Amino acid sequence: MSEKTATREAYGKALAEFAKDYDFVVLDADLAEATKTGIFKKEYPSRFFDCGIAEGNMMSVAAGIATTGKTVFASSFAMFAAGRAFEQVRNSIGYPHLNVKIGATHAGISVGEDGATHQCNEDIALMRSIPGMVVLNPADAVETRAVVKAAIEHKGPVYMRFGRLAVESIFDKESFKFEIGKGQVLTEGTDVTIIATGLATSISVEAVKLLKEQGISARLVNMASIKPIDKELVLDSAAKTGAILTVEEHTVIGGLGSAVCETVCEACPVPVVRHGMNDVFGKSGKATDLLVEFGFTPEVIAQKAKQAIDAKKK
Amino acid sequence: MDKTKLKQAALEIRKGIVTEVFSASSGHPGGSLSIADILAYLFFEEMNVNPENPEDPDRDRFVLSKGHAAPALYATLALRGYFPTELLKTFRHKDSILQGHPDMKHIPGVDMSSGSLGQGISAACGMALSAKISEKKYRVWAILGDGECEEGQVWEAAMFASHYGLNNLCAFVDFNGLQIDGPIAEVMNPTPIDEKFKAFGWNVIVIDGNDLDQIDMAAKNAKLSSKPTAVICKTVKGKGVSYMENQCGWHGKAPNAEQYEQAMKELEEAQNALKVNA
Repeated sequence: MSEKTATREAYGKALAEFAKDYDFVVLDADLAEATKTGIFKKEYPSRFFDCGIAEGNMMSVAAGIATTGKTVFASSFAMFAAGRAFEQVRNSIGYPHLNVKIGATHAGISVGEDGATHQCNEDIALMRSIPGMVVLNPADAVETRAVVKAAIEHKGPVYMRFGRLAVESIFDKESFKFEIGKGQVLTEGTDVTIIATGLATSISVEAVKLLKEQGISARLVNMASIKPIDKELVLDSAAKTGAILTVEEHTVIGGLGSAVCETVCEACPVPVVRHGMNDVFGKSGKATDLLVEFGFTPEVIAQKAKQAIDAKKK
Repeated sequence: MDKTKLKQAALEIRKGIVTEVFSASSGHPGGSLSIADILAYLFFEEMNVNPENPEDPDRDRFVLSKGHAAPALYATLALRGYFPTELLKTFRHKDSILQGHPDMKHIPGVDMSSGSLGQGISAACGMALSAKISEKKYRVWAILGDGECEEGQVWEAAMFASHYGLNNLCAFVDFNGLQIDGPIAEVMNPTPIDEKFKAFGWNVIVIDGNDLDQIDMAAKNAKLSSKPTAVICKTVKGKGVSYMENQCGWHGKAPNAEQYEQAMKELEEAQNALKVNA
């Protein structure tokens, strides 16, 4: 439980690990050292192609390669993969439903010092809106490895979201199982459900402990699969606990919180408090300081959970 | 090369274009008519393709980067036997496979969905790179618009193709000089397109893109090149239909019934004249 690894690091390692058994190529846009595709490049140089600082071209090139039957990973920072190249991802990859796996790193404010221009808090919303796109946001290194494997085995486009900051390991490598469209209950509880994704999951683990000390029983769900979301688990949580808090290092507009709201409002309406970036840009600073500044702490999450519980009393 | 056969094919493609755009009451006739000769050459003379096996992994690839010229591609594919010619009359209709812009998921013979300008040429680069990776012999052919060369992505792709030595890629640039808002020189001048491709490390040939002998020469030259090849094709927008030729207004407009009859008559007369001369 104490080992800390950035999900981008686990991504690069997973590519190198699975390259033995699966036939795929990897593209990057002059960020191989940062996205960690460089780990793959070092071991499989003939299967790695740098596209330079031209992300739009990279996405359409990836699509072209995929039309010939090869699986392609294309990597850059989330800001440029989902943001700058949105239209190429939509039209070249999404519309023809090609086998391109987008590995987007440096998502969210935990990018840190680079500041707002590089802190992408909108990528989940953007990618989720593309028909047929799978959107996965793993919580730790173990889940990242599983997500990469699932992406390879899935037929069609996948967007994977990874972070720069080293995070706590939550899952056990031997026993962990991942399936697209499925979340996991990490802790059972009855008063409220916290649904978290990515880096927010490990912080929420601590929040659940704080709540317990205060006599509040919170169910904790990890939801890497934001699209398709685990409807069954979301609705079961709504029915059993009657209130939900979503936590994501992403804008509260269009991300996990929205996906959960869309799910419950149609079948089991309960109060949902969305915690994330509140329609604001990030800024420069140490990642750990920024997480505190924007409320990604066990204390704030616990307080937001109580807000969700209060809402169901109204 | 049987030039008369190819000329007949180009005229038949032009009739198909006029029929499609008339049937749809919308679409892009001007920039479709300008590339009919290039398509006739590629699909009836040059490319290794088989309508009986459209997914053959070793086939040559074709990407219509200027995807709005879909009527030209569809007419060519129908004539080549990928689907019945009758289908052309369903172009842009609600339940037709013949979408307003090429859709690789549903149209046999379409190797890449395109329409958003600048992306097709990048996809063509991907296909060419994949051939290099797999040591396959197929070639990739693409058609770009001259207005399309105003998209920055075209030059990202040009840089990429040159960097990875994609000499199995040949892009024809349909240099008809007109775009929606007017002459390209007035809207946003992308010239000199030939010098730009040269500067990006490509083999560049400038030809009359409505002349089959020159298209033939350029394609043969491309296959001998150690670099990717750009063929800058001077063409006539609306070629073959008198009232559409060099008229910017026919970029994205459908003919009425009377104009349709006149266009078909002109093209049929041209076909008959070819038969007499043969």
